[in-house]
Amino acid sequence: MAESAVIGNLTGARAARRRERASATAISLRTVALVYVTVLVLVPVVVLLYRALSPGLASFFDTLNDPIAQHAFQVTAVVAGISVVIDTVFGVAVAILLVRYRFPGRRLLSAFIDLPIAVSPIVVGLALVLVYSPTGWFGPFVESHGLVIINAKPGMVLATVFVSLPLVARAVIPVLEQVGTDQDQAAASLGANALIRFRRVTLPSIRIALAYGIVLALARCIGEYGAVLVVSGNISGQTQTAPLLIGEYFQTFQRDQAYAIALVLVLVAFAAILAGAYIRRRQRRGN
Amino acid sequence: MTATVERVPAPAGTLSKPARKRAHTGRPLGAASGTTLGVIVIWLSLLVLLPLAAVVGKAFGSGWDDFWSAITSSVTADALKLTIGLSLAVALVNGAMGTLVAWVLVRDRPRGAAIFEMVIDIPFALPTIVAGVVMLAVYGTDGVGPNLFGSRAALFIALLFVTLPFTVRTVQPVLLDLDLDAEQAGTSLGAGPSTVFRRIVLPQIMPAVASGAALSFARALGEYGSLVLISSNIPHQSLIASSLIYGKLQDTGANATQQAAAIATVLLVASAIVLVVLDLIQRRIARRG
Amino acid sequence: MSRSVSRKHSVIAVGAAVIAAALGLSACSSSSSGKSINLVAYSVPKPAYDALSTAFAKTSQGKGFTLSASYGPSGTQRDAVLAGQKADYVAFSVEPDMTALVPDKVDASWNSGPTKGLVSDSVVVITVRKGNPLHITGWDDLTKPGVDIVTPDPASSGSAKWNILAAYSHVLAQGGTAADAEAYLKDFFAHVVSRASSGSDAMQQFLNGTGNVLISYEDEAIDARQAGESVDYIVPDQTILIENPAAVTKGAPQLAKDFLNFVESEQGQEVFASKGFRPVLPNTKIPTVEGANDPSNPFPQPEHLTTVDDLGGWTIVNDKFFGDNGIVTKIESS
Repeated sequence: MAESAVIGNLTGARAARRRERASATAISLRTVALVYVTVLVLVPVVVLLYRALSPGLASFFDTLNDPIAQHAFQVTAVVAGISVVIDTVFGVAVAILLVRYRFPGRRLLSAFIDLPIAVSPIVVGLALVLVYSPTGWFGPFVESHGLVIINAKPGMVLATVFVSLPLVARAVIPVLEQVGTDQDQAAASLGANALIRFRRVTLPSIRIALAYGIVLALARCIGEYGAVLVVSGNISGQTQTAPLLIGEYFQTFQRDQAYAIALVLVLVAFAAILAGAYIRRRQRRGN
Repeated sequence: MTATVERVPAPAGTLSKPARKRAHTGRPLGAASGTTLGVIVIWLSLLVLLPLAAVVGKAFGSGWDDFWSAITSSVTADALKLTIGLSLAVALVNGAMGTLVAWVLVRDRPRGAAIFEMVIDIPFALPTIVAGVVMLAVYGTDGVGPNLFGSRAALFIALLFVTLPFTVRTVQPVLLDLDLDAEQAGTSLGAGPSTVFRRIVLPQIMPAVASGAALSFARALGEYGSLVLISSNIPHQSLIASSLIYGKLQDTGANATQQAAAIATVLLVASAIVLVVLDLIQRRIARRG
Repeated sequence: MSRSVSRKHSVIAVGAAVIAAALGLSACSSSSSGKSINLVAYSVPKPAYDALSTAFAKTSQGKGFTLSASYGPSGTQRDAVLAGQKADYVAFSVEPDMTALVPDKVDASWNSGPTKGLVSDSVVVITVRKGNPLHITGWDDLTKPGVDIVTPDPASSGSAKWNILAAYSHVLAQGGTAADAEAYLKDFFAHVVSRASSGSDAMQQFLNGTGNVLISYEDEAIDARQAGESVDYIVPDQTILIENPAAVTKGAPQLAKDFLNFVESEQGQEVFASKGFRPVLPNTKIPTVEGANDPSNPFPQPEHLTTVDDLGGWTIVNDKFFGDNGIVTKIESS
């Protein structure tokens, strides 16, 4: 190992000066990095917490107990819940297909999974409206079957799934690749069919990565704004999510209420981050 | 040799080290897997492909002339220039700063690093409109910081906020995985730390840095929720492409939707270029192996 | 590996429960069932309709009443209803947005009642920063150097149309010719700095620091001041009478009709007045209106009050100003 040579070179006055310079650089780098993150992210979030709570806890809970806010949280929960379930099923299926199977167009499929990352939320909304509104490509079909997709929850689910599509798959794929197919093939050779192999072999091995991906997707689904804004019609009590309500409260001079709802969503985000960190630590211990 | 399937690292951190390049081994499709693939393709078509095709279709629906006049109108052209300019700037700045932050977290391991890891994830977990509220609380007219309402500086800072995690999270796993031998050899041969970084570390992490920068660019290009509260939406000054598209969706004029689709198509093309670049980067990583 | 099997089962169970709960929740809140109606309105009257809904819920007819409401730019909302958005009660800023819904969504008899289908009035006012630092006294001050005007985009907003008509007609009211009025409009637009899509958006932009003058409804300015925002407003000597229509749609439940009757009744008109709207019923008791320039006399009569009828009625006006060859269309594209 080169270590002894390195140690040899790290003795002596010249080396000592270099060490000093190195640690001075290290300290200033560290400071720059930490100051950047603090000023850019931490301070504004703390300011928000303060601003949201400064009218007092009573006013905070008043806002949360208002039926409009309650409806908004309900709508958010419903839309995010359904979307996460779809994301999970889709994500796991796609991950297994991409990693374990061989078929023409595999790389193309992988590329399409990533597409949503690069599409603006407003464009997502526009795209869905152009297809699924009564004047869209599928308009006549939608109307003749009495379906309402745009300005209703189904459209919001579509929009939310669109923007969160890659998250579960991308969390699971690396782990699937690492795990390999040995166990799976052993089980196949013992006669287990695909479903049993999935339940008993694959799923346990990706459990933690899957949980992580679900947490990411959940945070994303709860927080979507632009796409849902375009697709939902922002109808209070029906298609107005918590993020949309924040926007509306700002419009109608109800800043304190807007800050209160924002605080709730910040706490939800914190919970997601803590869950993610916890899961990451468990995985690292497992590695 | 096909590259590994991994294109984009899981955004807010990977759970495992980046997969080494391996030839893709896979079974041919069976009945169950074949049907699943079919369902997935149909689902993707209905959800992603068709709607995006509808946007492009609407943009060009009345011909090339209408498309061209829509995107070259003075308000639109300026909005697109502003958006692309801001996104490039943000990609560069956060590409560099994200690398620095990742470096400090991995190599320096300062006290309280765990907290900073979580702080870095905040912009990724936060709803975009809440990010907007956060920005307003500091840089708005009655915020605690300087009043930047309506300025391009405010847009720039908000975009830095939302794109911070991308480069940090693409570079971190690569740094963690780096083989230190080359660096130690360089140091023992008398190279200073900055030379070691420039000549040995940087080439190895460059693909990850570029990947993070590309993701930041794509995200900034389409960002809406975090900007809508702090922007004054004045054409030629602070009006960005996504706000312009949204405004046109509210317009009831005959051509408004076509114009909105035209601007959206420009954004889609820019994003497509970013994805292609990402793909090339990933292939380079795979070849390097 | 029974642990993983039971875990899979619990995942499925949780998933099924979530879906069931979700479907259940979504089913009960999706239709205008029970004591809720779907209201689609222009952007500005939300405070009024919130108050009206509360007041109606206190009556015997409206016990338990709630509104499921969507607010947005008048033109955009009109298109949304035409495209199928569920609406039982629609309220627009300008009459053409309502007539566009006839006969598909709204019956032709919508304006045959005693109030001719109108539920609230207002006037166009000039809103300024608190203390009126630029000393604006009327329309002519708006074309002075240094004045940045915030007004919404007539392509989507009804408020924008009222603003433009008021700006135009003030010249006529002062004795000017149509050519003079058009020249003034050109000047006016040269000072416009924003492109908000609705009256409410324009107010938000102005409050956030854009521009130094906002053209708005009187009731918007009053509502802003009621909410504690630091703005003042001037009722110009020459301005236009804003008249806002509302109606129930075809197939709307009786509850929506009851609500409309309430809105048009004395009690409903009083609620409108308390939120800064000028009532349409002539003998409505005007309460003290906080936020008005003079709370005890909140709705002063301007010297010259033009109406759309004076300008030829909406059909002519809409085409003349906002049509393909309209005055405004030409100014905006130059």
